[in-house]
Amino acid sequence: MISVVDYGAGNLRSVENALRYLQVPFATTSQAGEVSRASAIILPGVGHFGHMMRSLESLGLIPLLREAIGKDVPYLGICLGMHALYEGSEEAPALPGLGVLQGGIRRFPEGLKVPQMGWNQLQVTPGTRLFQGVEDGPFVYFAHAYYLPVDEDEASRDRESPPVAALADYGSNFVAAVERDNIFGTQFHPEKSGEIGLRILRNFAVLSQDQAKLQSPSRGGSRVG
Amino acid sequence: MLAKRIIACLDVKEGRVVKGTQFVQLRDAGDPAELAAAYNGEGVDEVIFLDITASTEKRGLIVETVVRTARQVFIPLAVGGGIRAVGDARRILTSGADKISVNTAAVEKPELITELSEEFGSQAVVLAIDARREGDGWRVFTYGGRKPVNLSVVEWAIEGEAFGAGEILLTSMDCDGTEKGFDCELTRAVSRAVKIPVIASGGAGSPEHFAQVLTEGEADAALAASIFHYGKVRIRDLKEHLKAQGIPVRM
Repeated sequence: MISVVDYGAGNLRSVENALRYLQVPFATTSQAGEVSRASAIILPGVGHFGHMMRSLESLGLIPLLREAIGKDVPYLGICLGMHALYEGSEEAPALPGLGVLQGGIRRFPEGLKVPQMGWNQLQVTPGTRLFQGVEDGPFVYFAHAYYLPVDEDEASRDRESPPVAALADYGSNFVAAVERDNIFGTQFHPEKSGEIGLRILRNFAVLSQDQAKLQSPSRGGSRVG
Repeated sequence: MLAKRIIACLDVKEGRVVKGTQFVQLRDAGDPAELAAAYNGEGVDEVIFLDITASTEKRGLIVETVVRTARQVFIPLAVGGGIRAVGDARRILTSGADKISVNTAAVEKPELITELSEEFGSQAVVLAIDARREGDGWRVFTYGGRKPVNLSVVEWAIEGEAFGAGEILLTSMDCDGTEKGFDCELTRAVSRAVKIPVIASGGAGSPEHFAQVLTEGEADAALAASIFHYGKVRIRDLKEHLKAQGIPVRM
């Protein structure tokens, strides 16, 4: 089952509402034991990077999240939950992130209205699983002051498998979604992005179920021909 | 590119929408959740519930309204009215709202803005300002526009940002209800003074008014209530109008 990690993030209820609406089975938890048994993990997030990392640490979840991601458990990080994947953030320079992806989160530069608040249009990388069935150029909802710059992303260093799943433009291009193997992250809030956002969450739920079936075929449901 | 937002505001009293609506066929035109869903279907970018419940014992009804709305409407939802402490805000945000807006309580105790933004993040904290033109500038009013305050609107907006507000909802009391257009001068003055988004409110009567305040008024978003409710301006037509003028909107 999908574990939605409860570490005190403000928008937890919205993610739960969207999953319930999609009839996706999930359990909200802050228990390390449950997270370690999850077939997929969603880390929602809105608020402060430092608060999030401290909460995750006090719940004993940091090594578990790293381990799960290392064991190919599908992970979706939303907003701060995407930031958590990286090495760190200017929002709380003293606290490292999970560091499963390289790069650092920065604050939007002077001259822009910050937070970026509202609907921005994505340039979706063709073939990404997260955006399957979503027409190019979708509008999705953002509410954030910190972001992943394009040049901080691994794309330039790792052309074999660039993790950028979508870019958006706010002053300049920034990374709006990442996708690599079992790791997914969205800077925007799919749970607040209308039909398109629901589709993205459903895509994650479906690919998580597929992954679970691959890993334990005996529990994968009816295979009787 | 970030789209300019169109926001629908619903006045909610004891869990019911006030001001009857002639909006699309609804089973229950007084149900805020159903109305929010209908606006969502029309392509609105955000919904604000303004809770005008007077009696304290019925205040809890807004929470139930938010719960029902957030289960079926997956766009940003803000709630204003009667939020005077972190606890009030928490009840609303944990019910599924994304933002709370504060007005009078913030003027009387600006630290509330800081407490709220530290607790929930500045993106969840909207500072609502009611403004009336006075001489060369604008004066802040509280208590639903009844009480003048010795504060300039532009200065209060700057202070509000410094205290931690993530957005400003700016209502022109002079224009409100006239349907003769937003106060572009006021909106521009505030928008230029702060680095957080500004939502223009008060005076919307036609699609062209929205175009004006989103361009010359330099607003990041524009809000209306009655013209949407009464179907005078349809959100889809409004967005077509804005798009035709080269204003970025979510279609």
